[in-house]
This record gives sequence, C-alpha cells and structure tokens, in this order.
Amino acid sequence: MLRFATLFLTWLSLSGPAMAQQADAPIQRLLQTHSDVLLESSRRTIGPAVDALANSGLPEAQVVLDKWQNKEMWVDEETGLFVYAEEIDRDTLRIYDFADGTEIGEVPDDAFDQLKPNSGIRGLIATALVQFQLSDPDPDTRRRALDAIERGAEESHLAALRVSLPNETDDTIRARKDRLERLLTIRYGETDAERITAIQSFGGDLSVDVRAALNPLLAVRVEAADALPDAPDIGRVLQPGSEALPRDEAYELLVGADLAKPRISREDQRNALVANISDGQVAGVQVATLDSQAARDMAYAALAEQGTVTAVATEAEVDDRLASHVFYERYIGAPPEVVAAAQLALQAIENKVHVNQAIDLGLDALSLASIYFLAAIGLAITFGVMGVINMAHGEFIMMGAYTGYVVQLFIPDYTLSIIVAIPLAFAVTFGAGVAMERLVIRWLYHRPLETLLATFGISIALQQLAKNIFGTQARPLTAPDWLDGSLVINDIVSISYIRIAIFVLALLFLALFLFVMNRTRLGLEVRAVTQNPRMAASMGINPDKINMLTFGFGSGIAGIAGVAIGLYAKVTSEMGSDYIVQSFMTVVVGGVGNIWGTLLGATMVGSLQKGIEWLNPSNTLAAQTYMILFIILFIQFRPKGIIALKGRAAEA
Amino acid sequence: MTDVSLPRREPFALRFPSVMVFVAILALFTVGVTILSEGFGIGVISTSFVKTLGKTLCLCLVALAMDLVWGYCGILSLGHMAFFGLGGYAIGMWLMYARTEIIVLESLAAAPLPPTPQEVSDGIASQIFGVVGASEFPPIWAFAHSLPLQLLAVVLVPGLLALVFGWLAFRSRVTGVYLSILTQAMTLALSLHLFQNDSGLRGNNGLSGLQNLPGQSDVSQDIVSLWFFWGSALALGLGYLLCAWIVSGKFGSVIRAIRDDEARVRFLGYPVEAFKLAIFTVTAVIAGIAGALYYPQAGIINPAELAPIASIYLAVWVAIGGRGRLYGAVIGAAFVSLVSTWFTGGQAPDINLGFYTISWVDWWTVLLGLSFVCVTLYAPKGIGGLVDILIDRKGPNRHGADLGPDQGALREQEADK
Repeated sequence: MLRFATLFLTWLSLSGPAMAQQADAPIQRLLQTHSDVLLESSRRTIGPAVDALANSGLPEAQVVLDKWQNKEMWVDEETGLFVYAEEIDRDTLRIYDFADGTEIGEVPDDAFDQLKPNSGIRGLIATALVQFQLSDPDPDTRRRALDAIERGAEESHLAALRVSLPNETDDTIRARKDRLERLLTIRYGETDAERITAIQSFGGDLSVDVRAALNPLLAVRVEAADALPDAPDIGRVLQPGSEALPRDEAYELLVGADLAKPRISREDQRNALVANISDGQVAGVQVATLDSQAARDMAYAALAEQGTVTAVATEAEVDDRLASHVFYERYIGAPPEVVAAAQLALQAIENKVHVNQAIDLGLDALSLASIYFLAAIGLAITFGVMGVINMAHGEFIMMGAYTGYVVQLFIPDYTLSIIVAIPLAFAVTFGAGVAMERLVIRWLYHRPLETLLATFGISIALQQLAKNIFGTQARPLTAPDWLDGSLVINDIVSISYIRIAIFVLALLFLALFLFVMNRTRLGLEVRAVTQNPRMAASMGINPDKINMLTFGFGSGIAGIAGVAIGLYAKVTSEMGSDYIVQSFMTVVVGGVGNIWGTLLGATMVGSLQKGIEWLNPSNTLAAQTYMILFIILFIQFRPKGIIALKGRAAEA
Repeated sequence: MTDVSLPRREPFALRFPSVMVFVAILALFTVGVTILSEGFGIGVISTSFVKTLGKTLCLCLVALAMDLVWGYCGILSLGHMAFFGLGGYAIGMWLMYARTEIIVLESLAAAPLPPTPQEVSDGIASQIFGVVGASEFPPIWAFAHSLPLQLLAVVLVPGLLALVFGWLAFRSRVTGVYLSILTQAMTLALSLHLFQNDSGLRGNNGLSGLQNLPGQSDVSQDIVSLWFFWGSALALGLGYLLCAWIVSGKFGSVIRAIRDDEARVRFLGYPVEAFKLAIFTVTAVIAGIAGALYYPQAGIINPAELAPIASIYLAVWVAIGGRGRLYGAVIGAAFVSLVSTWFTGGQAPDINLGFYTISWVDWWTVLLGLSFVCVTLYAPKGIGGLVDILIDRKGPNRHGADLGPDQGALREQEADK
C-alpha cells in the first residue's frame, strides 16, 4: 500500500509541473524579472519588486501579493517558475497557476521552495495590497481596507486612496474615502498648500481623528537661548517656574544644552559627603555639625574646592542662569504656515468642543437631577405635604429595588420582569408604608423629632434585615436590552438610554403627582387634611384614612423610584442611605410642600454637583462635600427654600 | 419696716442630690475597676475590657453633651459625633506625629551624617502619608508637633465649627427637624471631606496606632489603659458637674423654656439665638474633649466614625437613657454601648429556632432599631423613667397640657410629689 502510494506520488511529480504551466503569461514574466529579489527576500531590497507588482496593472498581481503575504507562494527549483499552492499534507502540495488560477496538479514538495516573507516584507505587501482592496468590487472589502487605514495610516495609503477615489461608486464609502484622503493629506501631503487646504476643509469637525491628525502638527520642543530668536517657528515664551515649565525642568534643559553647571540632589550630596568622611570629618568640617542643609552645602563646596567632587551650581547660580536665558517653544511638527492653519482649525474645533461639552454636562446634570427628583418625590409627599419626617424613606427605595431583583429571579425576561416589578414594587412599599403609618407614625404626629428618631430606628432595622436576607454584596438589577447603549449625538455628546428612561420616568411621576393632587378626590382630601384636619373631619373626610393612604402613596412612589435607581446603580442594602440626605436637601432647598419646588431643588442639586465635578473631575467626593456646604449656605438666604409657601398653607 | 429676708439658697449638693449620687457612684466605680484591673489590681478585669470601660465613659460624656443640647435645649443635633471625631483627629495627629518622629529619629541616628530638619520632616511625612501616595505635610499638620497646640485644637476646632455653623443656622431661624437635617448634612459633608485622600488626614485610612503614647513605649498597655480610664472618669465627673451647674441656674431655665416654647421666650426679650449658640458650642467642645479621650483608647480613627449614622446612634442612646435628665444620658450611653459590644462581639449565645438560627451579630441591629421604636412610642422617658417610679415622682400637673414638646422632658424640680 505504502509502496503504491509512493509510486503514485512519483508519477505525479513527473507529470504534474508539465501540465500546462503558462510560463509566458505577463504576470509570470514580471515575476521572473524580479526573481532574484523575490528569492532573496530581504526587507531592504524587496521594495522595487513589490512596487512593480502593485503598479503593473495586472489583475493577477493582487493574487500574487495575497498568496505571498500568506506564505502560499512557492517556486519550482528546476524551472524557477512561481506558483501558489496549498499543503495537502506534510509532503504534498496542490499547486495552482498564477496566470489564470487553474489547478496544475498535486506534487510532492521536494522540488518546490516556499517563499517565506518576514514581517517587514509582509507589511510592505499589506500596504501594496491596500490599493487593490480599495478598488475591490466587493464593498465589504473596501470598507475593511478603510478600517485598516483608519487604524494605522501610512504615507503610501494616501496615493492609493487618491487613485481609487474617482472610480468609487458607493456614496458612503466615497465620503469615507474622501474624508480619509483629506486626513492623510494633513499628515503626509506633499505641498504646504494642499495640507493647509485639507486642514481648512475640517473647520469645526468634532471627530477625535481630526484632532489626532492636527495635534502632532503642533508638537513643540522647549529650547533655551540667550535671546529670543527671530524665526517664524517660535511659539510661546515660557517663564521658568510656571506650570508649563517648572523651575527644575528649566534648569535641567540648560544643563542638557551645556549652558549651565549641573545641580546635585540632596541624596547624592549626602552620599558624596558620606563617601568622603575621614576621621569624623568631611573636608575639615566635623560630621556632627552637618545637621543642617546650609552646613552640608558648605562642606560640599569645600570638597569641590579640594577637587574631590565636581562643583555644582548653588541656588544663586541657578537663579542667575535661569534669569539670563529665555525659554521658548519651537514648532517641530510642521512648517510655520501649516502650524498657523492647524492652530486656527484647532481653535475653531476647541470652541465647538466646549459648547458641546457644556451641552453634555447639561445632559448629565439633567439626568442626575432626575435621579434626585425620583428619590425625592416620595419624600415630597410624606415630608412636603404631610410634614412627616421619614428617615426610612431611603429603605423604601431599597425595598423597591430588591423587589425588582427578586422579580428578575423568577422572570428571566428582562422587559417583562421590569413591567411586573414596577407595580409590584409599588404594592410592596405601599403596604410597608401603610403598616408603618398605622403602627408608628400616627402616634407621633406633632412630635416631629420623635418621628425622626422612630423612623430612623425602622431604617436601621430594615437595612440590617436586607443585609441578613440578601447579603452584603451588591445585587444586579439588569435593564432590558433596549435600554442598553446610549444615544450618541456626536463624539462628545452622548447620553445612555437608561438615563433618558429615568428622565422620562421623572416627568411621568411629576405628571402623576400633579394629577393626583389637583384632579382627584384623594388629592382634594389630602390637601384638606393637611391644611386643617379638624375642619376636614367635620366635612366628612376621615383624616386617619387619608393620612394612611397619602403615606402609602408616597412610600409606593419611593418603591418605583427604587426600581429605576436599581437599574442605574447596583442594589445594595445601603443604597437608600446614599440618597436620603440628598433627598431631604432637595425637598428643603426646593421649598417644603411644593412639588415645583422639589423639581427646582433637584435641578439645582443635580446641576451643582455636576458643575463642581466638572471643575474638579478627579473627585466626586469633593463635589458632594462642596455641594452640601453650598446648600447649607443657600438655606441661610432662603430658609424656606426656593419656592416658599405663603399664607395659611405655610402654617399648616 | 419689716426685715425681708430672701429664702436662703440651699447648697448645690443638697438641691441636686442626683449629682452627688452620680459622682459617688462614678468614684466607686473607678476605684473598683482599678482594684480589679491587671495594671494595678488583682487582674480580674482584662486590659481590653478596661479600655472598653474607658471608652464607654467617653461615650457617656458625649451623651451628656447631647442631652444638654437636645434634652434640655430641644436642638436635635445630628452633628455631635462629628465634633467628637474632630477632637479625636486633633489629638490623633499629635500622637501619630510624635510617635513617628521618634521612629524616624531612631532610624536616622544610624546614618553616617546627623539628619537635617528637612530630612526628619520628610521622613515623618513619607511614613505617615505613604499610604495615600503623598510625601509632604499638608498645611493642617502645621501644629502637629506640639502637644499643647493640638490640645488647644481639641477644644478650638469643634468649638469654632459649632460656633460658625450654629451662628449661620440659628440666625436664619432654622429649627426643629430642619436643623436636624442641616446638622446631618454638615456631618455628611465633613465625613465625605475626610474620606478624600487629599484632605490631608490620610483619607479613609484614618489615623492609627494611637494607643501608643509617644515616649512611653516602656509602659505597658495595662497601665496606659488605666491612665486613660482615670482621665475619662475625671472628665465625665467634671463634665457632669459642669452640665448640672449649667442647667441648674437661670441659664438652665431659659434653655428649657426655649425647648418648650421658643417663640414665647423670644417675646419675653431673651436673645434666643445667643442662648442656643452658647449651648451648641459648649456641648461641641465637651464632645471634642470626649473624642480626644476616646480615640487614644480605641487606637484608630477613620472618617467612618464621623458618618451621620454615628450621631444618630448618639441620639438613640440619649433617648433610651432618658432625655432631659443628665443621669439618663449616662445610663443610656453606657447601657446601649455595652450591650451593643456584647451582642456584636459574638459573646451572646445564638438562638436556634430549629429552622433558623438567630445569630446576634446579624440581628442585633434589627433588635436595636425596633427597641428604639418601642422606646419612642411607649417609654418616652427612657430608662431614666424607672427612677421616677422608684422614688415615686409624678409629672407636674399642667392641667392637660404637654410636659414638653416631646413629653420625655421631666426635671426634678418640676415634679410635684
């Protein structure tokens, strides 16, 4: 059997290559012309061969480059003809003709050498291939080629792009090509004029890639000289000791340019002194007296005079050298005219970026405000309308969020589970609110401080209960898929759908609150009871029942807010206490007893926090600190909040 | 012309027997603990328990301050534990600086050159602030090298903060629950500030190693713990006398009147804001001193200790002990904090219900929260109310009117027996 196979293979090897390899096809001839270079396979010499193939205009050239790059190009040792092949097994090849892609036959690989281009050559081939891919009939290939250029652009891509541009048929790809062409012109354009034109064509474009193309043009090198040179490529003049050029850095620059004596660090100085201790003395100075910097400087200077160590600059000398030099930036990224154009373009872009950042910040603030509003609206009912301080309000939010989490355990479909969770959360916290009102709060009306403490007791009990049941780790409340992702308006302004949903929910709650309070029988009775319970009672309203329902309503809304906040943040037993102080602040700042006040309060608290975060982006803790301080001060000037109730309602 | 003689005022001790009883009990307790301690006595009480007792005395002192401001003046401040923490930070800075200085000097003494002041300071700074990635002293550590200045800070920092905050709050007539929320916000802002690494107080690492007295490394903790225990007992005794003196005179009457009807006191011509500000500031200072004694016994202070929840617990202690009576605050703080230590320390036996085991480490907080609700609802006088039953004291007959805004307020003189 084995023998038979060997025989068969021998037959193949004899008959195979003879089977109509087109030795005089144009592509084969071209390859033969560069045969030496191709076989030598060196990064330095291969250039002309790759270029010749790429620019040959032969349709087969792309196949050659492609196969070559993938190490599938082989050469017949005997005839020197090039073929491409697939390895069937370790010893056998199936070879194809480059000229028309026909299969020549299966042969043993003994007579063939594989061309193994190294990574450098493969890079060159890839670049050369780009121009073919850019004109490829398949739009996907063209798109991939553009993606590749966007990831790592090279100078040669520019020419390829320009060649392929006029023949592009697809409009969107054409637009991309045009844009890329201009971007590459900014970097690699041959004349300053065309680079400037390309720069100007991007006026006010917010994309990151434009800024990435422009910024290298403005690269600078800091230099020092006795006097400011009068050259067009000189940028800013820097003051040593300023933020842009720290004093030490400026002096290092002078030392590096041999314009000043080096300095020595304290540590090096100490080591030098230690190295020269002899008989308890350094250069005649007692070691024991070297306990101040001035003494050490003097000892070191003495050593330098002896020639033991190199002299270093004293502080006075440093100051003197710094003062006698001027420090400036020199543009090294591009010629001065291009730099000027790039500066103008970047300035325009910066301005637009700032405007867009402001819009983005506004959206952030708005979404934070909606979260605070959601957290506070239940409180606006129990505290604002009824005047009951409920420190367990945050725990109602937590209860709502955990309800959502439990629902998701039973209903795996996220959309459905959220739809179920919202009414269920309302029901659970409504029940909890009613129970709390019946058992505790109704005994404590008119004793607000006691209410505060009793509800605080409930709050810590509920929090610990949640910890005992659900553990201390955060539980996920997963948003449905259609809430994933974000609405991207441009590279700077974007907002996640979940924040939009929270905003919409906040608006819905506002509408619901207004409707219930102003348009329903319940709302009328609530207002009557809060304004004058005795009068309301004599009109046939049961104040006990109304109080119970109002408190339940406020708690229920907290539960729904809990589901929304849980989607946005993680569900933990402490999530309620994270919001409670801010919620009370929101209600107090806005003005107790007025829903519009709460809305304004939430907007103010949210935008303040975002605004402070923007000023000090590294530190959200500081933002919260300053926000609270601001609110404390704000209450000084408007103790009753932004919208103060007047008249009898204020006393109720 | 008959000779009108004013009734002779009885001595302080006779008018307020509870003060003398308290001081006597405190003295007996201190002597007792000393005799039973490991440091000087027969070693029945372990050193760690002496520390717990000493800390409890400090908590009693801050509860006393809370009672003064809340039980007597009606200001439910949720910021007194922040003042307590500030006092702790102030003393902690010195303890930490001085101890690190000794360590750094020792390590530098081995170097071939004597250290420069700059090297010493850099060494201390990198030791202390290495954990937050800084190596330079923030400006607020400018006085950390000096014990007297930091002791002054123990009093001044909480005092000034209370003065400024109180002035702002009282002058804009923020009262009742609004004031509580505002003080809570202040506490939150302070703790959030301290949580930042660049606050200069080591962020959430806090200050540690405070149990070691600088320069007293050869004195064992058995002895040091007793020193602090005595200090705490002395501070509590003096604090109690001070508070009793404050509430005994006209000043005390005015602040109780403010608690019961602020508007009426104002119409009578009293500068209500000044009285409230005075009591707020004095109690803040007392809280700061209590904190300065507490944290060297605890050994570590971090910003979580200043969180608003701590101040609310303080109110809980006072409410359980009984507002409006000084011994109530002490009883409440001692009782709740010791029971709390017992339950959360894992010493309390778990209850096996067959299907579920109640582990007190987990369920104690639930129990505390609920018992707190029950105290508020059913026993507004707190544990102190038991004393009234014991000595058969009844509330004053106010012809149906409330005893005070929160009904828990009852003072010895007001009761008609």
